Amino acid sequence: MNLIDVKNLSKRFPMGKGEFTALKDINLTIGKGEFVGLIGPSGSGKTTLLNILGSLDVPSDGEAIVLGNSIGALSAKQSAMLRKESLGFIFQSYNLLQVHTVYENVEFPLLLLKLPAAERKKMVMDALAWVGLTDKAKSKPPQLSGGECQRVAIARAMVKRPSLVLADEPTANLDAANSHNILKTMEALNRDLNTTFVFATHDEKVIGYLRRKIFLLDGSIDKDEVVEHSKIAAS
Amino acid sequence: MKLAIKLAYRNLIGAGLRTWLNVIVLSFSFVVIIWMKGVLVGWDYQAKNDMTNWEIGAGQYWHQTYDPFDPFTFTDSHAPIPQELFSEVESGDIEPMLVAQATIYPQGRMQPITIMGVRPSQRIFMLPTSRLDSLTSAIPAVIGNSVARNLKLNVGDYVTIRWRDAQGMFDAADVVIVDVFSCNVPAVEAGKIYIALDKLQSMLMLPNQASLLTFADAEKERPQVEGWTLKSKEELTKSVDDLIKTKTVGQSVFYMILLLLAMLAIFDTQVLSIFRRQKEIGTYIALGYTRRQVVGLFTVEGAMHSILAALVAAVYGMPFLIWQAKAGWTMPMDVSDYGMAMAQTLYPVYSIGLVLSTVLIVVLVTTVVSYWPARKIAKMNPTEALRGKIQ
Repeated sequence: MNLIDVKNLSKRFPMGKGEFTALKDINLTIGKGEFVGLIGPSGSGKTTLLNILGSLDVPSDGEAIVLGNSIGALSAKQSAMLRKESLGFIFQSYNLLQVHTVYENVEFPLLLLKLPAAERKKMVMDALAWVGLTDKAKSKPPQLSGGECQRVAIARAMVKRPSLVLADEPTANLDAANSHNILKTMEALNRDLNTTFVFATHDEKVIGYLRRKIFLLDGSIDKDEVVEHSKIAAS
Repeated sequence: MKLAIKLAYRNLIGAGLRTWLNVIVLSFSFVVIIWMKGVLVGWDYQAKNDMTNWEIGAGQYWHQTYDPFDPFTFTDSHAPIPQELFSEVESGDIEPMLVAQATIYPQGRMQPITIMGVRPSQRIFMLPTSRLDSLTSAIPAVIGNSVARNLKLNVGDYVTIRWRDAQGMFDAADVVIVDVFSCNVPAVEAGKIYIALDKLQSMLMLPNQASLLTFADAEKERPQVEGWTLKSKEELTKSVDDLIKTKTVGQSVFYMILLLLAMLAIFDTQVLSIFRRQKEIGTYIALGYTRRQVVGLFTVEGAMHSILAALVAAVYGMPFLIWQAKAGWTMPMDVSDYGMAMAQTLYPVYSIGLVLSTVLIVVLVTTVVSYWPARKIAKMNPTEALRGKIQ
């Protein structure tokens, strides 16, 4: 069963007196457990597509069905529910809550799900263990390095075990060593938990890890290829 | 809501100095508003208490033509003490007073004065009337501080007074000042000299007559008495209520300024927060909050400033307010000439209602002020908020 089903999707933004077309007639499907990247230069529409898949935006035309929900037809409340229950986000600039501790940042999605305190604690500690940050639970983001912040963001995205994680340029602010660490962590989570990862990236380091590459150019899919031997697969 | 409170608390505590600056400004408003209102309540309480103790007792019967603000009515404002009140007069539960207009001649000068005849044995007023029983070569009299100061009279001084009796004949006699008292009710002191009731009755040739009958018992049902007007304590203290009401309106302007300053701090913080914390807002939405819930979170954050402020105010405000209630607030200028029942030192009185209503008003206003800028979040595009791109 497909996790994501995009049919004839277009997205236009008002620009001055006219409109700017960010996505044109996109058709794609993504299945469970995929480790897929939307690849393209700036302005190719990858972040726009990722935002629509994350129900943060809606298509102008066509349809995006994510986990059985047609994004354009969801109410604000239903969209929020979909993000809360089934989606995880990882952002380029981490988007951690600066005044909260690492533990509180990771706990946040579970608070929204109203899980009991004991269960929350176990899940948060598990997530921190996945990313190797158990000893930083009481630290606050300003006390962490960029790589550590991104690992916290991964833990936050993964803590509720979502079906789909959407990562927008997750390594753009990281050095090579940190990028590889992060990607290995995500790949391991993809393998162990069978979570689907969709990246928006133009970073070669990320591209090397992908098992499927969807190339976007000027808002259209230019190429969609499955990689036989990704770095992780090779290792 | 529980989650919003929890998150708002974390956000506020995490924001550190910025939060505490707002909280301290707001807590200052709490303390000052409660203190100022407490002073007014204390003044009201003190003024009414002083009036009860010095002037009006638990209420009065006035002779039907008596008007304290028109001395020309004094000549005819007297009548025999009503038969039905005799027993209470005998027992001292009702105190008759006779009022007459006269002229006093201190150091050869001539000034109008009101002679108040009161029994030396009376127990209703705090006036030092027992001194009116002194054996002296002139009529013993007591006066208030302000009269003593204005007429330059001291205890032991002799002074001549002149009056007209019931027949319209002028007569004069010397009085000797046997005591000078001080009270906070200007109407008791101003332009008045107190002598023994029986002496004044004989001077005016009005035996057994009175102008005012003051009763001690507030609980007892008072009948209407022909020729006399019943004045309840509430009626007699209405002037104080009116004055306090006027002062309350004046002070409200001050509260408003205080509140506005505090609200400005909150509003400013909220507006700044919404612009500075766009990414955070976007993140909340990405993690599963609806925009309405984010508006709620920011509103709770703003409102929580006032809750924290109430707690901070309690820490330093309570000792201050308690100390003020005990030590009182002494006004820097002399208030004896203000013409209103006001003590030089006012003792604030705080009620639970006063504290709760102040807290409630401040919390409500803060919530509204927090909600106002937070509404902007509802119009934010989450994808732009996530990148911090909203201008």
